[in-house]
Amino acid sequence: MTSTEFEAVIGLETHVQLNTKSKMFSWSGAEYQQASPNMLVDPVSMALPGTLPVVNKRAVESAIAIGLALNCEIAEITKFDRKQYTYPDLMKGYQISQYDEPICTDGWLDLPTDEPRRVGINRVHMEEDVARLIHVDSPTGGVMHSLLDINRSGVPLMEIVTEPDMRTSKQVEAYITALQAIIRYLGVGTANMEEGSFRCDANISVRPIGSREFGEKVEVKNMNRVRAVCEAVEYEIKRQVAAIKRGERIEQETRGWMDGEKVTVTQRSKEDAHDYRYFPEPDIPPIHIGRDWVTKIKSGMPELPLAKKHRFMTDWGLSDYDASLLVDQRSSAEYFEKVMLSVADQSRNDQADFAKETANWLNGEMARMMHEADVRAMGETLVDPASLAVLVRKFQQREINNNSAKRVFAEMFENGADPEEVIQRMGLAAVGDVDELTPIIQEVLANNEAAVADYLSGKTTAIRFLMGQVMKATRGRADAQAVMGLLEHAMSDR
Amino acid sequence: MCDQFSNDRLVEDAFALEITFPTMTEPSPETHASAREMRAKLDSGETTAREIALAHLQRIQKVENQTNAFLTVLGEEDVVTQADAADALIQSGNASALTGIPFLIKDNISTNGIRTTAASKILDGYIPPFDATVVDRLKDDGAIILGKGNLDEFAMGSSNENSAFGAVVNPWGKNRVPGGSSGGAAAAVAAGEAVIALGSDTGGSIRQPASLCGVVGFKPTYGTVSRYGLIAFGSSLDQIGPIARTVADCADTANTISGRDPLDSTSLDLEIDFTKFIDRDISDMRIGVPREYLVEGIEPGVRSAFEASLAVLEGLGAVIEETSLPLTDHALAVYYIIAPSEASANLSRFDGVKYGMSIEGEPNARESIEATRGSGFGPEVKRRILIGTYALSAGYYDAYYKKAQQVRTLIRREFQDAFQNFDALVTPTSPTVAFELGEKTQDPFQMYLSDVCTIPVNIAGLPGISVPCGLSDGLPVGLQIIAPQLGDQVAIQIAHAYEQSANWKLTPPEL
Repeated sequence: MTSTEFEAVIGLETHVQLNTKSKMFSWSGAEYQQASPNMLVDPVSMALPGTLPVVNKRAVESAIAIGLALNCEIAEITKFDRKQYTYPDLMKGYQISQYDEPICTDGWLDLPTDEPRRVGINRVHMEEDVARLIHVDSPTGGVMHSLLDINRSGVPLMEIVTEPDMRTSKQVEAYITALQAIIRYLGVGTANMEEGSFRCDANISVRPIGSREFGEKVEVKNMNRVRAVCEAVEYEIKRQVAAIKRGERIEQETRGWMDGEKVTVTQRSKEDAHDYRYFPEPDIPPIHIGRDWVTKIKSGMPELPLAKKHRFMTDWGLSDYDASLLVDQRSSAEYFEKVMLSVADQSRNDQADFAKETANWLNGEMARMMHEADVRAMGETLVDPASLAVLVRKFQQREINNNSAKRVFAEMFENGADPEEVIQRMGLAAVGDVDELTPIIQEVLANNEAAVADYLSGKTTAIRFLMGQVMKATRGRADAQAVMGLLEHAMSDR
Repeated sequence: MCDQFSNDRLVEDAFALEITFPTMTEPSPETHASAREMRAKLDSGETTAREIALAHLQRIQKVENQTNAFLTVLGEEDVVTQADAADALIQSGNASALTGIPFLIKDNISTNGIRTTAASKILDGYIPPFDATVVDRLKDDGAIILGKGNLDEFAMGSSNENSAFGAVVNPWGKNRVPGGSSGGAAAAVAAGEAVIALGSDTGGSIRQPASLCGVVGFKPTYGTVSRYGLIAFGSSLDQIGPIARTVADCADTANTISGRDPLDSTSLDLEIDFTKFIDRDISDMRIGVPREYLVEGIEPGVRSAFEASLAVLEGLGAVIEETSLPLTDHALAVYYIIAPSEASANLSRFDGVKYGMSIEGEPNARESIEATRGSGFGPEVKRRILIGTYALSAGYYDAYYKKAQQVRTLIRREFQDAFQNFDALVTPTSPTVAFELGEKTQDPFQMYLSDVCTIPVNIAGLPGISVPCGLSDGLPVGLQIIAPQLGDQVAIQIAHAYEQSANWKLTPPEL
């Protein structure tokens, strides 16, 4: 048997932190990433006796928006439940979560993979994050004591659970990337795995291809980069297939990913599984979600990345590759749209050419300079979209050559300059006029007889040297295409 | 009250006091009048809030070693500061019903800067940095807070013998329990140590001790009074309410402490005037007597006092009719699944990690938590955590918790149906008068039966009030009036009419 006779069945459970101002059930700030330890604390998030949870309306709206983006049904009535377990980072000794009546159910997400794949969304539910334990090591080894930072306690979390619809780590990666983009587009979270605002656990089983039954599933935790999720999935598939081939049975268990060793190890067997003793949260009455509320949230939602990408491709003829790069960030996509809007009067064909050129600039020079300057969002750069349109058009119409255009763009990026003003000031307008270029070319030819001779004797690459000399004489402004034609023409006369 | 707290303002834990038994002083008008009577004298300038407050501190000093009603008494300076602020309010003409009236707060209700123990060792040293909403509202009205009342640990009990800081003694008899769990609250009001007390009622914890101590106890409709700051026992059953000497004082207090609280999602968005119908007569009101409340276990003296009270109500023109609530028998079972289930989760936060008692020196966090809970909780609390944990466990949930919730719905409906025919229902508050200390501590089930008449009211979230309706063997008997959900004004109306007509004015004898 070879491993190709097995397929993997993968489902993901993702925890997404919401970027609400205050916590899920209380009033202290939720932006714990920036705060000093224990500065975002109130009686509720510290579980002082007698305190009660009050649901953050914004968090509910975010959950509804996520549900809508994932094509879910939004519950008319949703309730909270208590999930009980004991751990020092869990302030109340139970987590307020949702058990059997989650806010969103039965949705799907289409993956933008080469082979289209639809991943079912089983549910989206609301819950709260726990505090953070910081273990202080003893100089003699082991943990000396643990410190508790309550800032994160009560930060809103959404748990998004897929159906077991993925088969490969590539699909897992596509799902994660697509979900991150949705969260960021909706503006409800940062969806950053490294900083912990987006966490992924994977349920993995394998089965012989063609089998309709599922194998015993293993839950894998502790991955804190997208890459790690993929590596863990790949490792776990190989491990399970190898075990089955050895005639072993896969046990249902929870395993942890060891990023250093690149292996998964047993954390908890099925027998040790928690009994969370869920029961309805008596402190929070069920929430009625009126359809008018849902409609209002829906109407306030931005166009989502996949829809945007398709529109960019059909309306403006962008390639899948260019469009995908642009829609990766909402800010870039919206920037691109602003540039296109400023030239709306163009013909359809011109627009397609212009769109392609604009995409090149945004995905190329703009992205490069943003990276250098550590600017995160295209909308935050100083480059005015309409000005960029002017530059792109001048470049397209060869009023300015490539080098000059880059110099102009650099000025625009650094201080928001107007491209026409820069071209004027720096004298960068392309020299493409035959009358202007002809005497310069004659002079270059006269001063470089050896190169001319090389060219005429068949070393055609010598024309590049001559071109360089013309550029030097015009201080780089010459239109390269025009110069090339004139050079060829002049030498053919000899 | 000061936001700043210092330990020297407090008396020592009551159980640590050297107990001597001087004779109780003669009841004095300063300490045994109703709040409304005091209000009249305060507003006319006949007395001051400071005089009343100091008289109460003296009274506490004299009788506290017999009652053990307080767990914390505020220092004189603190009480006088509050009283002077109240007097200023009165002089400026801004007094409201409770301005200058001395209160005891049951010690499971959070008070900013004043230790709040719920009568549990596990909260040793815990000082809340905030006031419960009800305390905040009392302070806004200029009420005087004298201290914190003894109770059964985490309000779990019917005799106050489950307090980690010693039992409360009923002022009506040295060897008698005051009832529970608000035993300190009821005993303090009966003994003249406070004019009004705030208690909490999960299965009868306001009404039953009020009945056993000969005072009035009112549990409003669930949701009318904010629970924010009340240390949770059974969240879907818990309700804060007053214990006082008169129905009117209870109604006035309810007016002050009730109303929507944005910090409690279960608080109702309603403004209720609890005194609205208080002076209306009750002629032609239809009052039902559910026969299931008068069966086995009811003492003959209680039954005869109750029957006499029915005659009084009839004399006032009410129509008394026997009825049946067959599901009553199941209420106790439902209660002893739902309340412990909720409690088992509510009490999980007491782990010694964040506040209160903490056993140190254990090898790891889990063992430290186990050690803290093992020695911090008393036996009744542990019993209920075990019951609740069991009832919610996988494989048992459907048979216990879920079934109990279904029966709860049926009980609620049965009450609703009964209120199609009746304006109110009346029952004895407790099947017995105050029993002897130690009498039922060895038999939890006998103890649980003490709340058999009050528990159904919590199960259905209804308003219930207990008013004194006479004595049996020299000990007080209580009449419970149950009204439909949000029919609090009707319960108050009937209780007030009965109180005015029967005119018991029960005062405990000299000890």
